[in-house]
Amino acid sequence: MKAYFGRRYTLSASHRLHNDALSAGENRSLYGQCNNPHGHGHNYVLEVLVGGEVNPETGMSVNMAALDGAVRGRVLERFDHTNLNLDPVFQARVPTTENLCVTVFGLLKDALPGGELDYVRVEETENNFFEYFGE
Amino acid sequence: MVFLTRRATFSASHYYWNAAWPAEENERVFGRCSNRNGHGHNYTLEVTVAGEPDPVTGFVVDLKWLKDVMEREVLQAFDHRHLNLEVPEFATLIPTTENLAIAAWKRVEPAIAAAGGARLSRVRVYETPEIFAEYRGEA
Repeated sequence: MKAYFGRRYTLSASHRLHNDALSAGENRSLYGQCNNPHGHGHNYVLEVLVGGEVNPETGMSVNMAALDGAVRGRVLERFDHTNLNLDPVFQARVPTTENLCVTVFGLLKDALPGGELDYVRVEETENNFFEYFGE
Repeated sequence: MVFLTRRATFSASHYYWNAAWPAEENERVFGRCSNRNGHGHNYTLEVTVAGEPDPVTGFVVDLKWLKDVMEREVLQAFDHRHLNLEVPEFATLIPTTENLAIAAWKRVEPAIAAAGGARLSRVRVYETPEIFAEYRGEA
């Protein structure tokens, strides 16, 4: 039987929403406070849902400790307590939470210890979040 | 189509143990969860049904009815119980969060199907706010 296992992690990072292709005025009007020059930070919540057949020997779809290791190694160690704008992936992409969500999905998709990645959700604050299910 | 979700909480104890394995293997795979004295969680059960709102009532299902189904079929069996020792499904099945979600689905699904109208879409069980499992039935 296929069941889905979900896990939530937190990571704290700073970012500034700014697109070099736009003028200072356009950036200001598009991104508002998020365009403030020195950036700002969030406590992001990362939620990962993995689908897989429940192993009859363990009762588990995916081993949680192994999943934690993959998420820590691929995502948390890379982004936690960093400035997202300085990460190579965000040189060509604005580090909106949409783009962070899609990036995390890409980093985890082929790095799971088992099962298939169903979605990645990133909560930027308690009141806004983004989900990506892949293409 | 509208999806409607009802939440309920229950508290229960459990441990993870595969009787076919030696003790060392259980301890290696399940870690602290293999402690035979058990431990407990405050679980959250989410049941999601899908259907069209009734043109007269505007309801997909009556929430009070759904609450009663969850109470009668799941909470009465699981709440303030030792899952391994007191819930029949887990006499042989390890009460992982995945298996709890599947067991809860099997418990509520017949009542929801018998009522007609909305169908069961998803059952989610949170073991802690950071750990949950979901079952969507068999495709």
